[in-house]
Amino acid sequence: MKKLLSGNEAIALGAYHAGVRVATAYPGTPSTEILENISQFKDVYTEWSTNEKVAMEVALGACYAGARTMVSLKQVGLNVAADPFLAAATTGVKGGLVVVDADDPGIHSSQGEQDNRHFAKLAKIPILEPTDSQSAYDLMRLAFDISEQFDTPVMLRTTTRISHSKSVVEITGKRDLKPQVMEFPRQMQKYVMLPVNARSRHPLMEERLVKLAEYAESFTFNRLAKGEKALGIITGGIAAQYAKNVFPKATILELAMTYPLPVKLIRQFAAMVDRIFVVEELDPFLEENIKALEINVIGKEFLPRMGELNSDVVTAAAVKAGLLPAGKPLEKINLPNRLPMRPPLLCPGCPHSGIFYVLSGLAQRLKLPGAKGDRPSTLTITGDIGCYTLGAYPPLNAMDTTACMGASIGQAIGMEKAGLNQKVVAVIGDSTFLHSGITPLVDAVYNQSKITVLILDNSTTAMTGHQEHPGTGLTAKGEPAGRVVLENIVKGIGVNDVKVVDAFKVKELRAALKDSLERDELSVVIVRGACAVKEPKRANPRAIDKDLCNQCGICLLIGCPAIQTEGKQPMIDATMCMGDACTVCEQLCPRKAIQPAPSMKAGGSK
Amino acid sequence: MKKFDLLLTGVGGQGNILASDIIGDVALAAGYDVKKTDTLGMAQRGGSVISHLRLAEKVYSPLIQEGEVDILLGFEKLETVRWANYLKPGAVAIVNNYAIPPLSVNQGLEHYPTDEEVRQIIGQRTDKLYLVEGTAKALALGNARTLNILMLGCLAGFLPFETKAWQEGIAAHLPERLLKLNLTAFEMGRKEIR
Repeated sequence: MKKLLSGNEAIALGAYHAGVRVATAYPGTPSTEILENISQFKDVYTEWSTNEKVAMEVALGACYAGARTMVSLKQVGLNVAADPFLAAATTGVKGGLVVVDADDPGIHSSQGEQDNRHFAKLAKIPILEPTDSQSAYDLMRLAFDISEQFDTPVMLRTTTRISHSKSVVEITGKRDLKPQVMEFPRQMQKYVMLPVNARSRHPLMEERLVKLAEYAESFTFNRLAKGEKALGIITGGIAAQYAKNVFPKATILELAMTYPLPVKLIRQFAAMVDRIFVVEELDPFLEENIKALEINVIGKEFLPRMGELNSDVVTAAAVKAGLLPAGKPLEKINLPNRLPMRPPLLCPGCPHSGIFYVLSGLAQRLKLPGAKGDRPSTLTITGDIGCYTLGAYPPLNAMDTTACMGASIGQAIGMEKAGLNQKVVAVIGDSTFLHSGITPLVDAVYNQSKITVLILDNSTTAMTGHQEHPGTGLTAKGEPAGRVVLENIVKGIGVNDVKVVDAFKVKELRAALKDSLERDELSVVIVRGACAVKEPKRANPRAIDKDLCNQCGICLLIGCPAIQTEGKQPMIDATMCMGDACTVCEQLCPRKAIQPAPSMKAGGSK
Repeated sequence: MKKFDLLLTGVGGQGNILASDIIGDVALAAGYDVKKTDTLGMAQRGGSVISHLRLAEKVYSPLIQEGEVDILLGFEKLETVRWANYLKPGAVAIVNNYAIPPLSVNQGLEHYPTDEEVRQIIGQRTDKLYLVEGTAKALALGNARTLNILMLGCLAGFLPFETKAWQEGIAAHLPERLLKLNLTAFEMGRKEIR
């Protein structure tokens, strides 16, 4: 059967057909849909773990018990999970363990660009890299076999362009699961990493790499396609597609296992061709490992180390390297004016808009249209990772740092302890707080910090597409689950001043925040309101009464996409407005010009 | 087998990803190799959304090269002219005559291209520009969300697929209760371009 599947769908199906029994993950673009797809299969235990480190540890336990297990995470997720990931590489596995790592070249939705192939090399484990959905499906099935055969975790590495592209998959397998007793016979030398045991594991890891390199020589997914002698291409992952597009006549070695390398095969290939061009995205990973074999290749002196490749970029590099003649490019289109950008925004009715407006106002950052000059900010706002990072953009301008999951609280403590000349507020979301915000809050209590922490609780992991988390009371499959209550955690840690405020009540938000800022102690404000995209109720959209409105521009400072302008007159797009569920603009309008749209009140028709 | 490189552009929430999914399935059923890739930003709503869709005997790269697009299906005017350099000379551009101004335009900081400018920009590559009243027609049907299927109707005459194949493709992606309305939208779209 042929189907059009995304890379992530193909990975999930491949794992299912390979007999995966346990799948863990924390949401992160572009990896999120892998667990979402697996969670639809009844006979696989799936969980959204609290964070990637926990996901890796749960997976490690499951594979020790004998289950075929997978962890899926984004590139920076592996940073979080690095400790148990390297531990897994040291102890090895029992049931197969596959770590699906989804890198994000081009930084579509991440805080940085990194090539995680280095992580697998550091851990001394093999890497498989699919080139499309078909190979993602096929390699996923093989990855578990390799893991068990060589007693190693296997990294299956995708990129955004593989994970989020659809291509044709011939589905050849089916779920074939034999009954299995889960047992864990005690093996101290393998599983208890006391120094003496770890020392005895290390030579086994080195031996494992040698055996894997030998296996790679005859690995059938490493494909050599003979073409002309003049040019040889070594490539892997999505770059292989661009290479085949740009060099239809070249001799191409397409590596599906990009670590460890098949040394004999590469030497054989080098002898077949006059020149070798290594085509890979991000770092010169293949290139450096091939150069270490004293084989002469070109690569990153012509190809960029940053961003995604595509056929245009590879062509330009080939021309620069003298591998292709310069073509005649189409003349670029003349634009009469610069085109406006469309930066990402908080949604209409977003529960973060009100608190950001208040925060920005208290920090003296709100700037009315036509206002002259900037006033100095009176607060420093450390931020975190989620939809609310968008509060950094104008008109709200309410975030000053974003580094990694959970960093806002630690950064705020650090600024205070360094003696910063103003008060520091940390802003963090509910899912991010549970992921990595608890330990720094413990630090704040222990070290008697006086920062204010805002936990923006929209009861979902919104930016990655609304996944459940420990605070929502539902599992990855949507079934009832244990529920962790944020205020109980915060109080339990020992924070004395804890307030819970409705995200859509502007006056209460301002009062709570002012109170916290005036206190000479650590304070936590939980701002609670449902995500607008998840909220199905949309009643009584607001409208602006033009007779009452004096065009002061305050409503435009919320940054709500539903509030637009005709000339200078603000107006509300009724199809976008969340109406009764929000009303933040109505509360802020000093002229009371914003009211439920009359036609809508009367039942919809004008 | 003639190749078709299609670019679908729009703003998050307009349904252009679903439209590209349907075209992909219809093409697969007709025996094409298909690759499709979506690029969307980090916002849940209101960001720029582009789908590359490639149909041919054999497709390697999921991304179309600049100057290679055969058909551009634009759901919003600004997001259409933004990708005009991808048009092949003489390509077909079907554009919904609808503007979703970004915040910077609302705040009077930037200029939204006029219809004249849209024609002039696209006109540098092709004279086959079809400005269609997609959103207006969808609203007239009583459901703005039928826009994407209506746009598929506009496109259908430029691709070698049977009406029945389109109907099956649409049925496979929509709930039963919305099917009839959307098939009407599809037919309305067909009549937009003759």
